[in-house]
Amino acid sequence: MRAERLTVVTLGCVLGGAVLLAALNLLTAPASDLHAPNFVISLVGKYLCYAILALAIDLVWGYAGILTLGHGAFFALGGYAMGMYLMRQIGVRGVYANPTLPDFMVFIGWNKLPWYWYGFDHFWFAVAMAMLVPGILAFAFGWFAFRSRVSGVYLSIITQALTYALMLAFFRNDMGFGGNNGMTDFKEILGFPLNRETTSVGLMLITALVLSAAFVLTHAMTGSRFGKVLIAVRDTESRTRFLGYRPESYKLVVWLASAMIAGIGGALYVPQVGIINPSEFAPGNSIEAVIWVAVGGRGTLAGAVLGAILVNLAKTMLTSALPEVWLFAIGALFILVTLFLPRGIMGLFTTCLPAVVPEATPDAVPGIAAAKSAASEIAG
Amino acid sequence: MSRGPREGRRCRRSSPHGLFACVLLTVLLTLSAPVRAQQEPFANIASMTADVEAQGVTALAVSGNPRAATVINALRDGKLYTWKWPRPDCPLYIRTDTGFVDARSGAPVTTPAASNLRRVIVNDSVRAAIEIAEGALDLSSPSSAARLKAAEVLFQASDPGALALVEKALAKEHDANVARVLRQAYAAGQLKSGTGSVAERLAAVRELAARPDLSTRSLLSSLQSQPPAVAAAITTAIGAIDYKLKLWGLAENVYYGISLGAVLLLAASGLAITFGVMGVINMAHGEIVMVGAYTTFVVQRVIAAFAPALDQFGLLIAVPAAFVVAGALGVLIERTLIRFLYGRPLETLLATWGLSLILQQAVRSIFGPTNQDVSSPEWMSGSIAFGGLTLTINRLWIILFAILVLGALMAVLRWGRLGRNIRAVTQNRRMAAAMGIRTPLVDALTFGLGSGIAGMAGVALSQIDNVSPNLGQNYIIDSFIVVVVGGVGNLWGTLFGAMILGVVDKFVEPFFGAVLAKIAVLVFLVLFIQRRPQGLFPLKGRVAEA
Repeated sequence: MRAERLTVVTLGCVLGGAVLLAALNLLTAPASDLHAPNFVISLVGKYLCYAILALAIDLVWGYAGILTLGHGAFFALGGYAMGMYLMRQIGVRGVYANPTLPDFMVFIGWNKLPWYWYGFDHFWFAVAMAMLVPGILAFAFGWFAFRSRVSGVYLSIITQALTYALMLAFFRNDMGFGGNNGMTDFKEILGFPLNRETTSVGLMLITALVLSAAFVLTHAMTGSRFGKVLIAVRDTESRTRFLGYRPESYKLVVWLASAMIAGIGGALYVPQVGIINPSEFAPGNSIEAVIWVAVGGRGTLAGAVLGAILVNLAKTMLTSALPEVWLFAIGALFILVTLFLPRGIMGLFTTCLPAVVPEATPDAVPGIAAAKSAASEIAG
Repeated sequence: MSRGPREGRRCRRSSPHGLFACVLLTVLLTLSAPVRAQQEPFANIASMTADVEAQGVTALAVSGNPRAATVINALRDGKLYTWKWPRPDCPLYIRTDTGFVDARSGAPVTTPAASNLRRVIVNDSVRAAIEIAEGALDLSSPSSAARLKAAEVLFQASDPGALALVEKALAKEHDANVARVLRQAYAAGQLKSGTGSVAERLAAVRELAARPDLSTRSLLSSLQSQPPAVAAAITTAIGAIDYKLKLWGLAENVYYGISLGAVLLLAASGLAITFGVMGVINMAHGEIVMVGAYTTFVVQRVIAAFAPALDQFGLLIAVPAAFVVAGALGVLIERTLIRFLYGRPLETLLATWGLSLILQQAVRSIFGPTNQDVSSPEWMSGSIAFGGLTLTINRLWIILFAILVLGALMAVLRWGRLGRNIRAVTQNRRMAAAMGIRTPLVDALTFGLGSGIAGMAGVALSQIDNVSPNLGQNYIIDSFIVVVVGGVGNLWGTLFGAMILGVVDKFVEPFFGAVLAKIAVLVFLVLFIQRRPQGLFPLKGRVAEA
């Protein structure tokens, strides 16, 4: 019951807040005290994209127990798909005025569009790719990982290796994605100029809508029978398997859904910040996204949204005021939340949500258990 | 190693051809004399173009002119002057304490007007040429090492004009190694000169073929308009050199791979304790390595300030210092953070990631974001040549150090009191406690041991990598890969994993480039974990499955 109400409250806050901000921006005079400046609109739009990513992470970490350290990769892939569409829209307005080739390709001396850029002049194709590419990658990755029962920290480390490898790959110029500089200098989306304020308000509102839709979707997923099995997999995977379920199938489905949601988040992110480059793949970004979820409250969808918005708000304020302090602050946040606030902010004032059980008792931890018999072998 | 047959070939050859060679040499000398006179040895040394000037320095050094050493030294010291405006006779002066002397003759001259003089400028490429030239001038040095270097310089120059000089040196040379290089230099100069009979040229090509390296190859392939027999011999010789170079290249890759493996091994040994034995995912491991590297920097600074005499031993002092500093940091981390998170690996991962951010920012705030300058002692610099391989001495030291550290760690775990306690606690914590072992203390010391080793790895890394706040990040993923590939909780596996990854990385690199090699290794890891989730040396039995 509480969970239902929480959902409604969250949805109301996200949608209501977005509409209110849009109204304050468009309907008030720039000199008015109530006026919401443009930078606030694009900032909020960015936060909402991060909230979509946080939802995706919470879906796999909070409900399936997969600590992903590489979800930034899906986010960035979605972003690149949208970036490619926006690059194609520049057309002859680029520095080299080439109608088909983006500037960076002309610059490195290419004279033909690579095959994987075909179709990105259509918006629908780019949006489909923003979901399909992360989805296919996630499916391939999850298919191998879950079937061979890689779990726990091993899975975390290989997700990190995945995003790290993608970052290195996208840094290469001959990949055809702009290399180090990525893609930027976008002009318009679906014919709307990106530098016009109504466009950014529109994008922010659409992001809020997509976030709400993702929220409803994930809420439905986790509240269903499917979600119950997921939680069982999270808490004791082997017992669930013995009861006759196939944990790997459940994990694969939720992993796939999560990657596609993250991809959509990335696709919305790029037109609002105006740039996409390989640093979005940096492992640090993905881990930072995990801490948003941890701060808000792992295993509560509303907490993920709240955490993403709060932490990024703090980041914006701190990095502009005291840039040196931000790394200390986020570092301390990692430590304090894991030590003292294992259920995040939501844990402070909700009691009847499904509790997050610590993964295991000390004796059952793979590393320690393995080490038991290892200790004698080490010396020998 | 292949000296034996080569010497044999030379012995067989020397007796019938010796006299003939001598006669030919005299002919050659008379032939080349007018050529040399027309190429005045001081011609290019005052050139305005640095490259021409560098060539001029080399030409002067190999010319055998008695004034060469004096003039080159003057050039190095910035005391060589020339006429400001181009003049056909290109006068050269050396400034002394009392006035100017003529560079060519050494005779004092009346001081020219300063407005007409231009000091000959020395840039880096010229300085390098001067260094080589000074070597070449050492051909009469009593030290055979210096003569060997000089002969090498003459070989690299392979200047037909220097043939007389080489011939003179060869006549008095009694060291076999120096004589061999001199003969090669002679052969090179002779082939370059484009004179001599076919038999002479073939002999020269044979002489050069005994020296399979890149400079010989480029020398041989630059030779043109040779008689068909000689050209065929050259092609064969180049083929043989290419084959040998390929073999040496292979050996070199293995060496680089082992050297990279040693670095990985150092970085991963500490992790094999904290992650492998204790099961703690420490994402701040790389930052502890970084703290070890900064300890080296601080130790070197303190020594420079208070005990400059110990300059050469700074690293030896830094090793225990880094162990203590990093170990103490590790104990502190375990007591204040890790111990609350035992049995919750995912939370440990997040908390230690936060810790790594804090440590990075702390070091950045204290020392600044730029790279710190850590110097190498003399006994760690330089390189030794081994056949076609050049082994840098600091890499050799690091390989040795990695083996020593791993050996010491194994010894401590096997025979040390701490090692016994560690094994007891990991095997059966409650039983160990019942036997009177203070398990919390053992936990703290185990973590301290792993961190201390990470600190020592930092000392080694400070010698080959930039000491910056980001130092640790470059190694953390690799270190985890090594431990995972080798199998958790198995130090032999760690050694094996480090070497495999190092060698694979270096072998893939030439084909795909450094970045793709990294990606290939990561993909390999992902596939590897799919196939063997427990590492190369899995633990058998039901304990392995949690």
